Amino acid sequence: MSYPSKYRYTREHEWIEIDGSHGKIGITDYAQNSLGDIVFVDLPKIGSIIEKGKTFGSVESVKAVSDLYAPVTGTVVEVNQELATAPEKINTDAHTSWILKVDIADPAQVSELLSADAYDAFVSEETH
Amino acid sequence: MVDFGGWDMPVEYSGLIAEHMAVRTGVGVFDVSHMGDIQLRGPGSLAAVQKISMNDASKLALGQAHYSAMLYPNGTFVDDVIVHKFSDNDYLLVINAGTREKDVNWVRQNVGAMHSVHVSDYSDFYTQLAIQGPKAEATLQKLTDTDLSGIRNYWFAWGKVCGLYNTLIARTGYTGEDGFEIYVPSDEQTSVRVWNEVLEAGAEFGILPCGLGARNTLRLESAMALYGHEISDEINVLEAGLDRYAKFEKGDFIGRDALLAVKAAGGPKRKLVGLEMIERGIARDGYAIRTLDGLEIGRVASGSPAPFLKRNIALAHLPPEYQEPGSAVAVEIRGTLVKAVVVPLPFYKRPKKPAVQ
Repeated sequence: MSYPSKYRYTREHEWIEIDGSHGKIGITDYAQNSLGDIVFVDLPKIGSIIEKGKTFGSVESVKAVSDLYAPVTGTVVEVNQELATAPEKINTDAHTSWILKVDIADPAQVSELLSADAYDAFVSEETH
Repeated sequence: MVDFGGWDMPVEYSGLIAEHMAVRTGVGVFDVSHMGDIQLRGPGSLAAVQKISMNDASKLALGQAHYSAMLYPNGTFVDDVIVHKFSDNDYLLVINAGTREKDVNWVRQNVGAMHSVHVSDYSDFYTQLAIQGPKAEATLQKLTDTDLSGIRNYWFAWGKVCGLYNTLIARTGYTGEDGFEIYVPSDEQTSVRVWNEVLEAGAEFGILPCGLGARNTLRLESAMALYGHEISDEINVLEAGLDRYAKFEKGDFIGRDALLAVKAAGGPKRKLVGLEMIERGIARDGYAIRTLDGLEIGRVASGSPAPFLKRNIALAHLPPEYQEPGSAVAVEIRGTLVKAVVVPLPFYKRPKKPAVQ
């Protein structure tokens, strides 16, 4: 699986797609694959603040719970309601199934995230 | 792969939900070779089984098996066990992997001084495969000339399977579904060959190899106990709700006096119940269960989404006030109280087969 080069990544397996001052956040294909069948996504409320490195929700498969970590600090402006009823979309296509959109507080934080190549190298190390 | 009692075992092969559904609607196969096998032989074997196991083995016919448990003197669990009667002088106890060494030592310790009984640990000699689901019989029938329809639930036969003579074929399992467990020689070549032949035989029914993940969700839907969760050395038989398998009238067995004392004192202070989440949220093992006012009344023994029922379910030991179906409780999920209701057990019961003419 290739990781989209225009996204940035965390070591906790989230991706963020930057569009101006907004960012769309999801989890990586590696993450969905290790979780297995996803049955539940705990979405934050619109207007709530997420803080870089802190948990803002969780994704659950049948067998496990996985916390979601914010790649950047920001205000939630939209959540993907489709995932409330069809969380398995993340298994089908993790890299287009965004979980939420944030208004990014500090664009400088984005540069601290991993590139697609760096993330790829990170997960191949983790699996070996 | 995860370490499970010292065994490298896959949690899932193709996907937990698909594997779970294959067993409920078609057929699945599990490698359960991690289960332990203790054999008690000799003229004293029945007396030994009667002492260490709470069910009444004197009621077993040749070729019959039953669910039972081995208990500590205080009525809590050494392990649960399936007892098979091979002959009047020969019984097989199938035990759990995680507790194998402890179980074998415990059996030796408690049987050791008895007359005319020999304890053997044959765990390493068998590869145990569980073929489970409504199509299990049709799958396995292709690999044996033994008439499987003649083996009733919790009975067994010896037959030729995949060319292997005198293979133990038991109509048992841990999924809540019809199915068989077969015991074949544990050398790698034979094990792999039988595994592949089972997969081939079940291909027309969409057979899937199933991992520990589906094994857990299947047994949970059927409300079957797992050691360390619903039963343990801190939970007694009455609390686990398994007293229907404790035959007090058969005479003495280890743990009997303690259980009778608990009964005489008014019954256990907590008992296993089924819970179903009514608000959004999944109860997981160990989560606190509270009253709607927030008072802690227990912990989740096992909790998970139920793939076939498509509900979020849990098992927990709760006080008498919360044992009636319909009782409202809350599960604390990452700091939030999420409502659940007590429901009758089991969550899932397989449909009865239509009567065969």
